[in-house]
Amino acid sequence: MSTEINNYEPGMHPSLPPPPNSVGPVRWMRDNLFSSASNTFLTLLGLYLVYLILPPFIQWAFIDSVVLGAESRKECLAMMGDDRGACWSFVYRRWGQFVYGFYPIEERWRVNVAFILTAMTIAVVLVEKLRANNKILITAVLFPVASYFLVVGGSFGLVDVPTNKMGGILLTLIIGLSGIFVSLPISIMLALSRISKLPIFSILATIFIEFIRGVPLITLLFIASTLLSYFLPPGSNFDLLLRVLIMVTLFSAAYIAEVIRGGLAAIPTGQYEAADALGLSYWQSMRLIILPQALKISIPGIVGSFIGLFKDTTLVVIIGLLDPLGIGMAAISTTAWAGLSTELYVFIGLFFFIFCFGMSRYSLHLEKKLNTGHNN
Amino acid sequence: MKKLLPIAVSLAALTAMNVSASTLEEVQERGVLKCGVSTGLAGFAAPNDSGQWEGLDVDLCRAVAAAVLGDSEKVEYVPLTSKVRFEVLKSGEIDVLSRVTTWTFTRDASLGLNFAGVNYYDGQGFMVPKALGVTSAKGLDGASICIQTGTTTELNAAEYFKLNGMTYEPVPVETSAEGRSNYLAGRCDVYTTDASALAAQRSVFEDPTAHIVLPEIISKEPLGPVVRHGDDQWLDIVKWSHNAMLNAEELNINSKNLDERAANDKDPAAQGLLGSNDAKLGAMLGLDKKWAYNIIKQVGNYSESFERNVGKSTALKLERGLNALWTNGGIQYAPPLK
Amino acid sequence: MSGMQVQEKKTVTLGSLWRDKKSRGVIMQIIAVIGILLFLGNIVSNTVENLDRLGVKVGFDFLTSPANYDINQTLIEYDSSDSHFRAGLVGLLNTLLVAGCGIIVATFLGFTAGVLRLSNNFVLSRLMQVYVEITRNVPVLLQILLWHGIIIHSLPVPKRAEAIMDMFFATNRGVYLPQPIPQDGFGWVWIALLVAIVFAVLFKRHANKVQEQTGKLIPAIWIGAAAIVGLPVITFLLAGAPIEMSYPVLKGFNFKGGFVIKPEFMALWFALSLYTGAFIAEIVRAGIQSVSHGQTEAAHALGIRPNFTMRLVVIPQALRVIIPPLISQYLNLTKNSSLAIAIGYMDLVATIGGISLNQTGRALESMAIVLGVYLFISLFISALMNIYYKRIALVSR
Repeated sequence: MSTEINNYEPGMHPSLPPPPNSVGPVRWMRDNLFSSASNTFLTLLGLYLVYLILPPFIQWAFIDSVVLGAESRKECLAMMGDDRGACWSFVYRRWGQFVYGFYPIEERWRVNVAFILTAMTIAVVLVEKLRANNKILITAVLFPVASYFLVVGGSFGLVDVPTNKMGGILLTLIIGLSGIFVSLPISIMLALSRISKLPIFSILATIFIEFIRGVPLITLLFIASTLLSYFLPPGSNFDLLLRVLIMVTLFSAAYIAEVIRGGLAAIPTGQYEAADALGLSYWQSMRLIILPQALKISIPGIVGSFIGLFKDTTLVVIIGLLDPLGIGMAAISTTAWAGLSTELYVFIGLFFFIFCFGMSRYSLHLEKKLNTGHNN
Repeated sequence: MKKLLPIAVSLAALTAMNVSASTLEEVQERGVLKCGVSTGLAGFAAPNDSGQWEGLDVDLCRAVAAAVLGDSEKVEYVPLTSKVRFEVLKSGEIDVLSRVTTWTFTRDASLGLNFAGVNYYDGQGFMVPKALGVTSAKGLDGASICIQTGTTTELNAAEYFKLNGMTYEPVPVETSAEGRSNYLAGRCDVYTTDASALAAQRSVFEDPTAHIVLPEIISKEPLGPVVRHGDDQWLDIVKWSHNAMLNAEELNINSKNLDERAANDKDPAAQGLLGSNDAKLGAMLGLDKKWAYNIIKQVGNYSESFERNVGKSTALKLERGLNALWTNGGIQYAPPLK
Repeated sequence: MSGMQVQEKKTVTLGSLWRDKKSRGVIMQIIAVIGILLFLGNIVSNTVENLDRLGVKVGFDFLTSPANYDINQTLIEYDSSDSHFRAGLVGLLNTLLVAGCGIIVATFLGFTAGVLRLSNNFVLSRLMQVYVEITRNVPVLLQILLWHGIIIHSLPVPKRAEAIMDMFFATNRGVYLPQPIPQDGFGWVWIALLVAIVFAVLFKRHANKVQEQTGKLIPAIWIGAAAIVGLPVITFLLAGAPIEMSYPVLKGFNFKGGFVIKPEFMALWFALSLYTGAFIAEIVRAGIQSVSHGQTEAAHALGIRPNFTMRLVVIPQALRVIIPPLISQYLNLTKNSSLAIAIGYMDLVATIGGISLNQTGRALESMAIVLGVYLFISLFISALMNIYYKRIALVSR
């Protein structure tokens, strides 16, 4: 070593490359996977776990599975032979039911149009450029109204479709979307009431919110399906879906109200005082100063509540409404498809995962966007 | 909420509510009968491949619709779990409950309901896989038993095992589909419910012959249609819709020969039933005189309904047994049309 | 003249009352109260009228009449001749059992996953992310059904079950374990345990005091743990091992003896733990990330070892952020346990709110009880949480 240094000519030399184990994938692996004995062990354990779960699942779900062609589980099994893969045929056969429920086949185009309209509304709400244009915004707000008339029918020459024919993804979207949109204004009122200086309002809102948040949704749905009629004038009666919608709306309103209350609490007192100093009335200051800021902060939380609500729509199956899970359960209780519960749960799980994961990513994106300039 | 709930409620009530004096008027105004049936029980109430409801209980709904509206197809079927059925009936959401419901004292006396007759005499039985080697319910000590909740079944099972000094593990299930899945997976050794429902369940198994129904029938299960308290006219209509089918069988009138019988029969009972004489039976119920004619024409007599849905030629293969007419050794006995 | 004046004054007063912020508030509140009272009164009168029309009586007397149905998992003595009240109590205990077990496992899972999610180990952190994202974004009802399906379809029936180590049996009717049954004299072991715990707590306090005064470290936790384990074991042996094991044995249809964990309980327990664990993992991660990096760096600069940095610096600060949402997750888990009815686990909703309701027809009363119990649990825990908030508020500056 020392002789080499001695032999070195003075002056500039090209820099030597770093030792091979301190750059590139080797370095990365050493730092991230095998930095210590315990870390190495955990890495190997993790990889083993992946090996244990992933290949058999892929084998079962994709390679050995049957999608088309089978009319019953027996045929599925016959087509698979010795490899026991998944039998997705019932999903394929009953796809229409999974999407529309028992909506009359010749009227399904109405649901499709409503889906498209709703998707456009959501696009407008999400994309800032479109939202900025007032004309587009107003049109977009009218779309859900049009969707309502389309799906329910009974006017504009459309055939009336009773709500008990609605099921599947259609039902999930009806409950989820109308739940969130109707509950939003209610929850703002609740949050404002709860922090209001007027004691009666604050007490009433608190009682309501704590009551709803304190009991399981399923008990509220039971009340909607069985007890609500006791509380209405004798002889009156209305649609089960509507009763469920009312309950779901109140339920999510209570949760979102708490999110918004958090947003309101985060607004500095200076903002309230400044609004007062300008001589704005309560409603003016709320509408122009406080709420725009508070709602902006609350958006990720609201999206979170919505994801929760969306997942909770599966509970309606317990009171006999046919959401995708209910449709699937009906399918696997027939002689032809009995015994395919795993396939059903995986399929429905995937459906919800795609929706909810997408929404949670969007909420994360929003959080990042709204957080710029703060918190550092 | 404080402001919005009442508004929402009253809005909803305004759009959908109709306060009217009697169930009959309500149904006639609506033009459709709302009938609560089970969520899917082969032979009693289940939608077929084309989505049409079929079964013995469904035929009762159709009979009432035929009597009241003149058209047996004007029925909206509301599938109900055993748990919610009474509350849904009490709430007025349905007009009649025809869902393999056992007539018991407590239900009749304390639930605010009336039973309008018995359209199937049943009893609770036990089904076991043949491979288990059990031949009597007395040999079920220590077994796990799948029981549908919210029914008389769980009470009977508890009582039977207690009386015989045996223990068991109850496995509660909500629907017959859930029960089937648990039973076939071996979560329970025994499936217990009404004997007719066991036959129905077994008929959809992959291999029905691998399961047997034990000889013990441990309870009386008179199954029949139910209506709300407080509307006696409606109770009479439902009661006599069923009795009309029984009387038709007794008079040997069926959907094929009734036109000929209506024209030629001299028997005053037959004429009264078919509305071809001056005995204004229909008017006494608030119906037109063709009420029973419509039932028999469109639904058939009791025997036709039985054979079509649960009888020998169906997958259930049930004997008439107790459900034969009293003249044939059974106990189906309709009061006379006088 | 004077009359007119009075009238004019009156109208002015009404208008100004409305314009005045304070009195307007009072007026609006009075209106709200009247509205609510009218609304509630309307509901009550409707209910009374409806019940009257149906001829249904209202009352809680049904609670004392015999329930007449059996329950498969009972923590207290229960028999079909016991009352509906006792059946409800069995259900409530089952709810609390699954909630308690679920909370313990979910907390453990959540903290592990949350910490590992931030670890440098790429494989582990990704794996945890996959776990969190999948379970969080799939409805919990579906997960409960899935676990139930897996357990009853993939485990063998008792007759075909093979013993694991001669004493464990995993069947689709439950997992059977040997059960220790304490005999006479086992009470001493409990007493020893109690003594050991008291000792450990006092010793830890003493050690803290010594450390504060002299800076000397006493491994109090280890000594305490040794006492808690050791003392009861020694007592147990001295008392002549007063315990008898009950082993599960296949008799007739099912295993007899031993301790059994029912498949319905297992499915609910797994599903709720995994689901809530994923949420807790996110809470823990956010909590740890909320602790400013400067804290860790400062601790390092002081020469505190990484292990201690985490334990003494990061975690205590993170806990403040973690605990409030953690408690609300615990509440969610408890409420979600009501989904038990989907798989036939006999919890509160399935007993009082299910079978009892159906057998007696007392829908209003039964649901009122169920709602009341859940509300009580929630408010009780919220109250505890508020006390905790107040304590935190005192500490923070």
